[in-house]
Amino acid sequence: MSWWMWIIAALVVIAVVAYAVRWVGQKATGNTPFFRDMPFGVAYGYVAGVLLLYWIVTTYIGAKLSDDPIVLNKYFFFVVVIEGLIVFAAAAWVFRFLGRLVGTVGTRKLFRSMPLTASFGILTILIYAFAAIFAGWLAPYGQEAILQGVAANIVPGGNPAMGGNPDYPLGTDQLGRDMLSRLIYGAQNTVGIAFATTCLAFFIGGTLGFLAATLGGWLDQLLSRAVDVLMAIPSLIFALLLMTIASVWAPQLGIPLTVFMVIIIAVIDSTRVYRLARAVGLNIVVMDYIEAAKLRGEGLSYLIFKEILPNAYAPLLAEFGLRFCFVFLTIASLSFLGVGIQPPLADWGTMVRDLSQFINFAAFAPSVASAPLLAAGAIALLTVAVNFVVDWMLQKSSGLKE
Amino acid sequence: MTDKLVTIRDIKIEGRSDETWNPIINGIDLELERGEVLGLIGESGAGKSTLGLAAMGFCRDGVRISGGSVEFDGIDLLTASASQKRELLGKQIAYVAQSAAASFNPAHKLMDQHTEAPTQHGVSGRADSIADGIELYEKLRLPNPDQIGFRYPHQVSGGQLQRAMTAMAMSCRPDLIIFDEPTTALDVTTQIEVLASIREIVEEYNTAAIYITHDLAVVAQMADRIKVLLKGDEVETADTRTMLSAPTQDYTKSLWAVRSFARPVKAAVSADATPIVSVKGVDAAYGTTKVLHDISFDIHEGRTVAVVGESGSGKSTAARCITGLLPPTKGVIEFDGQALPLDYRKRDKDQLRQAQMIYQMADTALNPRKTIGEIIGRPVQFYGGLTGSKKRARVEELLNEIELEPKQYIDRLPSELSGGQKQRIGIARALAAEPKFIICDEVTSALDQLVAEGILRLLARLQDELGLSYMFITHDLATVKAIADEVVVMKDGVVVEQGEKNEMFQPPHHPYTDLLLSSVPEMDPDWLTNLLKERGVDNIGDAAVGKM
Repeated sequence: MSWWMWIIAALVVIAVVAYAVRWVGQKATGNTPFFRDMPFGVAYGYVAGVLLLYWIVTTYIGAKLSDDPIVLNKYFFFVVVIEGLIVFAAAAWVFRFLGRLVGTVGTRKLFRSMPLTASFGILTILIYAFAAIFAGWLAPYGQEAILQGVAANIVPGGNPAMGGNPDYPLGTDQLGRDMLSRLIYGAQNTVGIAFATTCLAFFIGGTLGFLAATLGGWLDQLLSRAVDVLMAIPSLIFALLLMTIASVWAPQLGIPLTVFMVIIIAVIDSTRVYRLARAVGLNIVVMDYIEAAKLRGEGLSYLIFKEILPNAYAPLLAEFGLRFCFVFLTIASLSFLGVGIQPPLADWGTMVRDLSQFINFAAFAPSVASAPLLAAGAIALLTVAVNFVVDWMLQKSSGLKE
Repeated sequence: MTDKLVTIRDIKIEGRSDETWNPIINGIDLELERGEVLGLIGESGAGKSTLGLAAMGFCRDGVRISGGSVEFDGIDLLTASASQKRELLGKQIAYVAQSAAASFNPAHKLMDQHTEAPTQHGVSGRADSIADGIELYEKLRLPNPDQIGFRYPHQVSGGQLQRAMTAMAMSCRPDLIIFDEPTTALDVTTQIEVLASIREIVEEYNTAAIYITHDLAVVAQMADRIKVLLKGDEVETADTRTMLSAPTQDYTKSLWAVRSFARPVKAAVSADATPIVSVKGVDAAYGTTKVLHDISFDIHEGRTVAVVGESGSGKSTAARCITGLLPPTKGVIEFDGQALPLDYRKRDKDQLRQAQMIYQMADTALNPRKTIGEIIGRPVQFYGGLTGSKKRARVEELLNEIELEPKQYIDRLPSELSGGQKQRIGIARALAAEPKFIICDEVTSALDQLVAEGILRLLARLQDELGLSYMFITHDLATVKAIADEVVVMKDGVVVEQGEKNEMFQPPHHPYTDLLLSSVPEMDPDWLTNLLKERGVDNIGDAAVGKM
């Protein structure tokens, strides 16, 4: 039988089993509403889910118990993902459990209603923030230090038999710099710059968006059309173009290229913030309390900052999380393309690019291939964590559920 | 088979908030015979909608039935399977929601939505159900019944939409229809037409109905029996006539007595007194659409002028002209004999301070992110220049003025207050500016009757104490009777009639005033029958307005 025959057979078997499980459930439990009102699709989902779980558990145990290097290589990343998931889930659970015990009444209540995904996100963000702030103390070596007498491209894992070195648990890069130190400094550079850029984007986009919503008329038209024009150009290509121009100007003006990068990405991303702020603002300015404030004779700044802004916090904060991820990925992309954060500063995007050819070793030497994935994983982990927190915040604030 | 269509025994319903289940209904019995109409009345939060939905075996999200039984036509709805319930709902039990505009799918034509239930339940084919729909539209006296079903919901008026929804509920000839405040959002003249149609069609098909409303006069026209609810408990149940003539419980009596509030008649103003506000020959337009035509009226010191009319009559627009939000295209607004700049942006702080406004929806009139102290404190600081402890003292004084305990409320957010309390905060904010003149835009129409009466009494007391003048915009003539000194009747942007209240409520009237007055439901259960007999079905509601 060819592989697709197997798939069809499996689907049929699952369908039959699902039907049987539902029927047995109805008989065995005396027709409780849970089984009685269960649609066939849901029963199918349950059975398929159980089968998937069975496959995952057996594969994991098989890979753990095996000595065969071929099996070990084949399931290397699978094992890492499963163990990572378990460790992160456990850490998140412990974090949430501690959060429920200590702190004020308010924070304890917050932790009680928190899903595990959100506590994972918050924990991860805290760890990143800690690493970024205390990078100088945490990192064993400097980010630019090319270690004398140390081989380049030491494999991560610290196992001498596999080409590692216990002194450098995450290995070294192509110039012989310590990967762990560079990852920690990368948090400072990449995350710090992304945070500053997002703040600037929100300052520009938020202010202009609320102004447009409050004043309306020609100002609104002018700003909105300008934003349309900016948004019509693909953002990464536009940023690349402007960065190329800036890289000529930067040495002439004596301003670091990073400053240009922050401004360019902030302006491009502020167009999205503008749209959101304007849309949220338009819904708020029609409220009677805004009319009451206008009739009182309040000025523009009072209207925007005291009446509109407090009511726009929830959607703006949620957008801040998402926007931060996009800005962060844009910076990493630009660095990967060679126009972002400049060497020798450690940056995760650059680190991925520099080591990217090791990906080819994935099939027969997975620990070698994991070198570029360390930085890529750091990016992915933060993005996922921020998104989890944003989802949770969106769910909590009734303002932006749909 | 017994005559009982619905039997609810000791039903208990709970709602979820902050991870705990709080009781909404604490054990109510309800019985309904075939063809009987039961009126459920109570204030908001009394659980009347929840009980009505429970009669269908249905709960909203975050609500659960925790005890008791619901039996419909011999079937226990609480243990029935999902497919069994699907068979019943829509076919034998139908539901008419409060806002037809929000309940119709705006993307489909009325008739497509009408035919959905009969074709889904296999009652009739599409062609038959269209023919039946046209027949029902005709019975409900919708204009142009052959065509109206092929329009989209936004192309027909609110009253017509509510009747189309009733027709839709009727499409499978159900045994039970639940009407959840079907006329609350409608004008009085439209309401009467919908009421007459619903009553007629329910009688014709011998359909049982549960009619949920907070308007006693409406329920008196519709129901055979009335059940009064208070905070999830039944207060009493009786035949409509018995209930109206001889209520036994104190709460029911207090509900009945609400409409007795009336202010003493004030002496007429002398002819040479300068009015506080004088509107002279004002025209106004939204874009190129002219909405006010040559409006003139005066408001004298210490008096209340009620501006009455249906939605779209221009009464709120007149208020926007006075406040300067919509500068008139022609005419003058005078304040204390001085002409005001037409645009509010050109008025100085003192001119803005003198005229304040109280809004209909306290929910949108108070910034939800500010505490009560901040909301009331802002005008105190802005106009009076008070800060710190002086400002706080003034805010506390104002809270006392509106009969709320300052210590308890000053640090709360608007969401932590009830509807009536929020409206009081709106009044306090207006008072904080120490104005001479306040515009009250439908301030009581979103409130329960007992609460609304409290607001009216408060406004009356403040007027006596502070010598305020009110422009009182409303469509509720009972409120006008209670509080007004003078009445201005508006229709289509024109002042139809104006004068002292007592003159206005005595004939002869302008025909439109007459129609408005006669459309206000009264507590007499024969009122609708008599009115229909007297005027004929074609002389009520939109039909009568159209003839003018």
